[in-house]
Amino acid sequence: MKDSLQIDFAHKQTAHCENGVVSNLMRHNGFEVSEPMVFGIGSGLLFSYLPFIKVNYAPVFTYRVIPGLVFSRFAKRVGVKIKREKFSNPKTAKARLDENLRNDNPVGLQVGVYNLIYFPDEYRFHFNAHNMVVYGKTENEYLISDPVMESVTTLTDRQLEKVRFAKGAFAPKGHMYYPTSFPEELELEKAIVKGIKHTCRDMTAPVPIVGVKAMRWVAKNIRKWPAQLGAKKANHYLGQIVRMQEEIGTGGGGFRYIYAAFLQEASGVLNNENLKEFSKEMTEIGDAWRDFALDASRIYKNRSGESDGYNKIADQLYEIARREEAFFKKLKKAV
Amino acid sequence: MKKKEVPQDKSKLEKAKIKDMVYAVDENGEYVTELSTGWEPKTIALDNAIKVIEERVEDARQRVLKNETSPIEYYMEKAKMDLPILASYVGLWQCRVKRHFKPSVFKKINGKTLQKYADVFEISIDQLKNINEG
Repeated sequence: MKDSLQIDFAHKQTAHCENGVVSNLMRHNGFEVSEPMVFGIGSGLLFSYLPFIKVNYAPVFTYRVIPGLVFSRFAKRVGVKIKREKFSNPKTAKARLDENLRNDNPVGLQVGVYNLIYFPDEYRFHFNAHNMVVYGKTENEYLISDPVMESVTTLTDRQLEKVRFAKGAFAPKGHMYYPTSFPEELELEKAIVKGIKHTCRDMTAPVPIVGVKAMRWVAKNIRKWPAQLGAKKANHYLGQIVRMQEEIGTGGGGFRYIYAAFLQEASGVLNNENLKEFSKEMTEIGDAWRDFALDASRIYKNRSGESDGYNKIADQLYEIARREEAFFKKLKKAV
Repeated sequence: MKKKEVPQDKSKLEKAKIKDMVYAVDENGEYVTELSTGWEPKTIALDNAIKVIEERVEDARQRVLKNETSPIEYYMEKAKMDLPILASYVGLWQCRVKRHFKPSVFKKINGKTLQKYADVFEISIDQLKNINEG
């Protein structure tokens, strides 16, 4: 069998992997949709606090919805159909991937980060919700478009199998996905409104673990950490918040800047000048998140367990929660 | 954040030639993307997280040498895993993996199960039995 094939696929770097895969696959199929547009329509923005689940020995904080949801919601709202497949057998997974490549179809894959050899060691954690596109193969390597990389890369058969069958939470099980049918024309207006309303609802939900309520809960806990956990662990928890907020893929400020970019673009599509102002306000909220991260980092830089510092950043977080609550209540009425 | 304020601090990303993409506004208030080499607050957070792992590895190593735990725990920490992740990789119940941390139980693990652990850690059975060779 002749094993070398390469689909003509345009790689474009994005901040976040899932948005990037969707945006790049859409472009490949003739639809230009920006990363912020995918993120906004897919209602990707969130805040969530899961103190009872530990990752790297610290609670889970997340600034976005769970993996896969952005694409599902985006697809549903713009009328794109997606096919998703998971596998128990790596051989079948490989065969199905090869079959798609032979049919000239680049596919999205969910993979684990720990064995991604092109990432620096320090970034290789057991995190299983990374996304990439495979767009061809040579005799012994797959051609990879990883949206967080500046240019395309490759992985051997064995390397790809390892990341596709990483284990642990969110194990990808070879998860492969690609769009199968498209609307005649992409109508973004209604999709944008739906996307915005959904995010407003999530952020102001009357549930303690999501949205502004979760932010207040974290703020409350931060005050207790130094006494309850000791300086070392409290520092570690703060570090985890900052890492989740500013890690590769967030676009800075816990996805708030990507969301502001979305509101700016949406203002043009919907012909709604108001949204430009909302975009500006979201940028300022993003800046407040950056200040919060900077002040938190001063605490763990000095390995401090003094409660003053903790109280101060708890106040900042509380203030951000107040601003976001007002923001999303207003935004809901503006679309 | 303004485009010209996008931080360009030193980070571990440089050696892998990766740059972080962030969204920022240009002079006209339009959103654009900009590449960043890193930002100190998150670099320190990552360094600290790595340090925590290194301490856990060293602690496990000491306990293996004192015969308080088995090499499996040491290799687990070295692979940045925790109990649920390791159990999922070897395909055993967590409580069983935890039992294998006991030096006395570890000695009695059969060859097939040992091989499973060795495969997950990508080492030989000799290395698995003796951390000085790992």
